[in-house]
Amino acid sequence: MSTTPAAGDDVVVLDGLVKRFGDTEVLTGIDLEVRRGEVVCVIGPSGSGKSTLLRCVNLLEQPSGGRVLVRGTDVTDPDCDIDAVRRHVGMVFQGFNLFPHLTVIENCTVAQRKVAKVGKAEAERRAQANLDRVGLGDRGGAYPAELSGGQQQRVAIARALSMEPDLMLFDEPTSALDPELVGDVLEVMRDLADEGMTMLVVTHEMAFARQVADRVVFMDGGVVVEEGPPSQVIGAPREARTRDFLDRVLNPTHER
Amino acid sequence: MTSSTTADARPTGLRGALRSPRRRGQVVRAVQYALLVAVVLVVALTADWGQIQRAFLDPEVAAAQFPSVLSVALLNTVTFTLLGFAFGLALGLVLALMRLSSVGPYRWLATGYIEFFRGLPALLVFLAIGTGVPLAFPGTFLNRYVTIMLALGLVGAAYIGETIRAGIQAVPRGQVEAARSLGMSQGRAMVTIVIPQAFRIILPPLTNELIMLTKDSSLAFLLGSTTAQQELAQFGRQALTQYRSLTPVLVAGACYLIITVPLGILVRRLEARTARSR
Ligand SMILES: Nc1ncnc2c1ncn2[C@@H]1O[C@H](COP(=O)(O)OP(=O)(O)O)[C@@H](O)[C@H]1O
Ligand SMILES: [Mg+2]
Repeated sequence: MSTTPAAGDDVVVLDGLVKRFGDTEVLTGIDLEVRRGEVVCVIGPSGSGKSTLLRCVNLLEQPSGGRVLVRGTDVTDPDCDIDAVRRHVGMVFQGFNLFPHLTVIENCTVAQRKVAKVGKAEAERRAQANLDRVGLGDRGGAYPAELSGGQQQRVAIARALSMEPDLMLFDEPTSALDPELVGDVLEVMRDLADEGMTMLVVTHEMAFARQVADRVVFMDGGVVVEEGPPSQVIGAPREARTRDFLDRVLNPTHER
Repeated sequence: MTSSTTADARPTGLRGALRSPRRRGQVVRAVQYALLVAVVLVVALTADWGQIQRAFLDPEVAAAQFPSVLSVALLNTVTFTLLGFAFGLALGLVLALMRLSSVGPYRWLATGYIEFFRGLPALLVFLAIGTGVPLAFPGTFLNRYVTIMLALGLVGAAYIGETIRAGIQAVPRGQVEAARSLGMSQGRAMVTIVIPQAFRIILPPLTNELIMLTKDSSLAFLLGSTTAQQELAQFGRQALTQYRSLTPVLVAGACYLIITVPLGILVRRLEARTARSR
């Protein structure tokens, strides 16, 4: 494991990250830092490589080139204990991916018990605290299939938080939800940001990005096209490609 | 169809009736019922029922089979089946994991094993283990139970292994990704997250496998046996020669059905449950 002292307060550093699937280069040299306590939102058209970027951070995808530092650890180093790094990096998926054979509370305790070797009582206490936090403290005994999509996604957030992560990755957490259920999930994420959690969020919710993000990154075709405070990237984009994309997202019916 | 008046849409007569799919369905069903009634009548009127009863269902002979048909034969059948199933399940799980391994030789070995044992009649495997092994390794003595467990399990494992592999592959990729993202190792994710879900998916085909093994356990007759070692099929065969009546065979058959029919119903229930939860 190599640590880089220069990383300082950066929780994530992407240094010339390249990802190829076969012959197609999906990420072509991404540079990006996320500092402690920062909320960074990644926006961009479908297929631009947002999910791939996120999945390279916790090595669900193996980078083809460049370096990925998480809390100062180079996760692309073959000697890196990736399981140890992932324990401190929570991930929330578009499709929730709750464990359907376990109850809500077991979803939140299983990794604590089996991976972090936390005692049963302590694991359940932490799980309960996080379920309370996402507003589902009374649903611990339910199975995921008994919950609505919005509730499932909040359980998924509580499950990730139960490992006490330093960094949370969100991949379009509200894209699979019915519109009326989106608000509850975004509210949980907003609270999390207010409490100082470091977050890297792929989202199409422009209002959320505007309010909550410290920085917004606009990606297209595997490169970062534009990056800056939300007021600039969303409010007054400099690049034509960013303006085009925002036009389509914010005004989908092309009304004038 | 030369003229296209509105009358063509509602024709009359038999040909007209057959043109409507619903009417045609009614006629087809009526023909099927008529055929069934005709067959039942012919059988009932032509058969010599007294002779049939003496051959198949002699109450005295049937009563003479109890209690040993249950306390010996059924018990042995169940014991052999469960031994074979337990061994087959354990070996099948290993085979499934080998088939999914990233190490090539493991995959080839497992594939070779599965193709080999799926392609052979179980009868040959019984002969090979029961007779061949003592011949090939003189002095080795396999316990009768061990022999049956091996023979049934080796064949069963080939089918069970393929079933388990399909079950593991039916668990969505996102499940492993979620487990790994929480810090679980590959093996831990497999044991804690994937395999429990895979077993729910494969419970119906696995129960079918148990039904097959119940019937295959009758091959134990190849090993020869004392009266106390007889399972259902052999019990029936021996009593058949003793009483000169098919009744013992019928009793033994009924005992198989006591095991297999409830299992079959269980399979359909499990399948319905799986279908609902999707
Ligand atoms: N496992 C994979 N194999 C091959 N191509 C992939 C794979 N995953 C993603 N891609 C391709 O990479 C590109 C970027 O995908 P993705 O990161 O999912 O984009 P986004 O999340 O921005 O919609 C797409 O063209 C997609 O088809
Ligand atoms: Mg995506």
